[in-house]
Amino acid sequence: MKPNGNRRLLVALCTLIYVFLMLPLVVVFPISLSSAPYMQFPPPGLSTQWYERYLDDPQWIDATVRSLYVGGATAVLALLLGVPLAFSLARGRYAGRIAVDRLALAPLIVPVIILSVGLYGLFAKLKLIGEWYGLVVAHTVLALPFVVLVMMAGLRDFDRALEQAAEGLGASRLQTLFRVTLPLLRPSLVSAGLLAFISSFDELVVALFLAGPNMTLPKKMFDNILMEIDPTIAAVSVMQIVLVSIVLVLIGRFGRGLQGSAR
Amino acid sequence: MASRSADLRVEGLVKRFGEVVALDGVSLDIASGELLTILGPSGSGKTTLLKVVAGFETPDAGSVRVDGTDITTLPPARRDIGMVFQNYALFPHLTVARNVAFPLEMRNVGKAEIERRVAEALELVELEGYGRRLPRQLSGGQQQRVALARAIVFNPRLLLLDEPFGALDRKLRETMQLEVRRLQRRLGLTTIFITHDQEEALVLSDRIAVMNKGSIEQVASTTEIYERPANDFVADFVGESNIFHGTVTEVGSVTLDSGRRLLIAHPASVGSRVGVLMRPERFGRGANSFNGEVKEAVYLGSSIKLRLACDAGMELIVRQPSGALPAIGSRISVGIEPESIHVF
Amino acid sequence: MSSRTAGGLPPPLPSPVRRGRAGWGRAALPALPALVLLFAFFLFPVVRMLGFSIEDGSLDWYAKALGEELYLRVFWNTFEIALLVTVICLLVGYPLGFLIATTTPGWATLGFIFVLLPLWTSVLVRTYAWMVLLGRNGVFNRWLIEAGVIADPIPMLNNFTGVLIGMVHVLLPYMVLPVYGAVRRLDPALVAAAEGLGASSWSIFWRIYLPLTLPGIFAGATIVFVLSLGFFITPALLGGGKVMMLAVLIEQQIHQTLNWPFAAALSAVLLALTLGVYSLAQAFTRQEARP
Repeated sequence: MKPNGNRRLLVALCTLIYVFLMLPLVVVFPISLSSAPYMQFPPPGLSTQWYERYLDDPQWIDATVRSLYVGGATAVLALLLGVPLAFSLARGRYAGRIAVDRLALAPLIVPVIILSVGLYGLFAKLKLIGEWYGLVVAHTVLALPFVVLVMMAGLRDFDRALEQAAEGLGASRLQTLFRVTLPLLRPSLVSAGLLAFISSFDELVVALFLAGPNMTLPKKMFDNILMEIDPTIAAVSVMQIVLVSIVLVLIGRFGRGLQGSAR
Repeated sequence: MASRSADLRVEGLVKRFGEVVALDGVSLDIASGELLTILGPSGSGKTTLLKVVAGFETPDAGSVRVDGTDITTLPPARRDIGMVFQNYALFPHLTVARNVAFPLEMRNVGKAEIERRVAEALELVELEGYGRRLPRQLSGGQQQRVALARAIVFNPRLLLLDEPFGALDRKLRETMQLEVRRLQRRLGLTTIFITHDQEEALVLSDRIAVMNKGSIEQVASTTEIYERPANDFVADFVGESNIFHGTVTEVGSVTLDSGRRLLIAHPASVGSRVGVLMRPERFGRGANSFNGEVKEAVYLGSSIKLRLACDAGMELIVRQPSGALPAIGSRISVGIEPESIHVF
Repeated sequence: MSSRTAGGLPPPLPSPVRRGRAGWGRAALPALPALVLLFAFFLFPVVRMLGFSIEDGSLDWYAKALGEELYLRVFWNTFEIALLVTVICLLVGYPLGFLIATTTPGWATLGFIFVLLPLWTSVLVRTYAWMVLLGRNGVFNRWLIEAGVIADPIPMLNNFTGVLIGMVHVLLPYMVLPVYGAVRRLDPALVAAAEGLGASSWSIFWRIYLPLTLPGIFAGATIVFVLSLGFFITPALLGGGKVMMLAVLIEQQIHQTLNWPFAAALSAVLLALTLGVYSLAQAFTRQEARP
């Protein structure tokens, strides 16, 4: 498009919007490196004290580690369940397929608070409150739509002649799946897995109800924010932003378009 | 490569997709070592026929037999049929060598043997030294050759080619046609070739099966298809043609619906309805002469093509050896011998 | 309307049909494990919890939720905030999506990164950052005071404004991406044709881009509105207890007053609102898509 007055106005406007979008992400960096003993901006000097405080606090570390393995387990479970589901939805023609599709994507639409309260009631009865695998199950429900969306987008673009070729050349259906279909869908699998991980790693509302005394990182952050705004949170935030950036880079490098995740 | 070439017999194949009848009782015999082309417009059911033979579609009725064995319900993996797809369907994540090795790996062939046969197959399609490349690093013609190598490396009993040259430019297409013909002869491989391009069909085939609307209109040798088409559709689809209909009024003479009388050499019985075909290049001098006004004249290099408006509303397409183009609107005379008129 | 933005199902891919009826079971089978999970840990717990609201055989809890002014105000608050957030997201998100869709590929990638990075950064981190920025002694107020623009800090936190800013920030990407998709799907030849016919860039926007990207706008607005209705973290933290939204109220009923039946009734209403708005939007979209 030719640059003209309107275009320049648009670019200027969008620059402002980007400032709005990025400001909260940027502001935590200087705060996390502040030498002041409390929240102060701009920081009077630089220090790594808040990072040290995070690293020296077993509660923070414990919460981080728990979030990491809950996220990892969620990603694995969501892939194991979501990939076959996506295959079935993208390729099957059976009565109820539309209902299954709606159900699989419903966790995106149904307010998380409702699922949380419902699971809280159920898990209290099953004595699953505070168990890490209870959290994994709940997070998998929430991550499933991401996996299904990303995988279905991948399957839509998949050239099925490749599978026919493999079968024609003597491959069984299983061999075709593992030697042709899944390797070719690897970018989608990478994206789906990483998105499932991040969605669990960041998840607060369900954890608020189900984590019990065992903190996850978001729950620990939530509690801290309610108690005191001390820059340790900023340090944790910086690490969180760095982690997400790494994941986005990984998706960009090995994965497949993210747009499917954001409908 | 040792040939295990087989004959193929399909009988009474019917395949419906909902309301659409893709195959309407198709029967066909292909001899071992023969190259048969299935020629037809898009939607004629030729691709469905190929898919049924390959095992990707199950027919609603009818059978597919290879060397007498019924394989109608056998899964594709166990049919031992090599196939080249429209867009090659090379595995993009595997190198050329691994693509060609794929069918051998699926058959648990030993490593050394695989290596030897892959090299042999790549040599056969003149792609030695390309083994380590990925398909996307090759040109269209080269990808085509890889697909061919992959389809023949495991000594299939049958080779199926589904419009394999559609994506290539004209020159490359002609080269590949000759190459496929050469390879097919050399390996003595029973081959079915699908195309909608009648020239390609004439160049390649031993025999041609012309398909239309799910049925086979005619199966015959290339010359027979061209010279003696069985009906309007075949006559019209293969080559340029002037087709008219009429009634045989006496032995050796047809009165066309336009009223024009034609002398024919065909012994059709008096009173029967017939179609007559006059190929444009058959005009010159002859017992049947036409006088018409030149409506169009096109110079084609080796020949000129004319559209003539004759008496009684008859229009003729005529080809003549290259020469001066007659002026539009001028009147010329052409003739055709009774022997050159095909009656059906 | 694309299948993605419509939230609908793409038509099934042509598949090699095998052995007649056996295809039914085979195609549905891979979905089974996921369906078991969704039934056991999504449908069942939610329905079970909603059942608490009518456990005593009456609709009293619904009467309370929909009858008492205190709670009606929460509903109204929620609705008002959701609507405002949607409108703001639309006004801010459209230009951004439009720019990314019409710029060079290099800039578009960069533009995408700076939309996706906030999207995938924890809502908590962002909410915390807004508290730092908007607080009484926060970054903005300090700057404004130091610059002599204001004498006393402007309240931007623990009120309506704070919640709006925080929610718009979280939900903006959900508007930008559908708009981007809609603009991208538009045939560039149309724009070229309009330019060739002498249309100004404004009239190209009003007469071509806007009407043809309406489905994308609609999809984005629907998702933003629906997500706003059930929002929890941002109002809980930036509202400071002064801006009550439905999700926050439900959480309080469970964690503070332990009133399960009432929480269930509120949840049922919230769910009905959410699904109602969503289905209405879907139905509307489908009707629009009909030629």
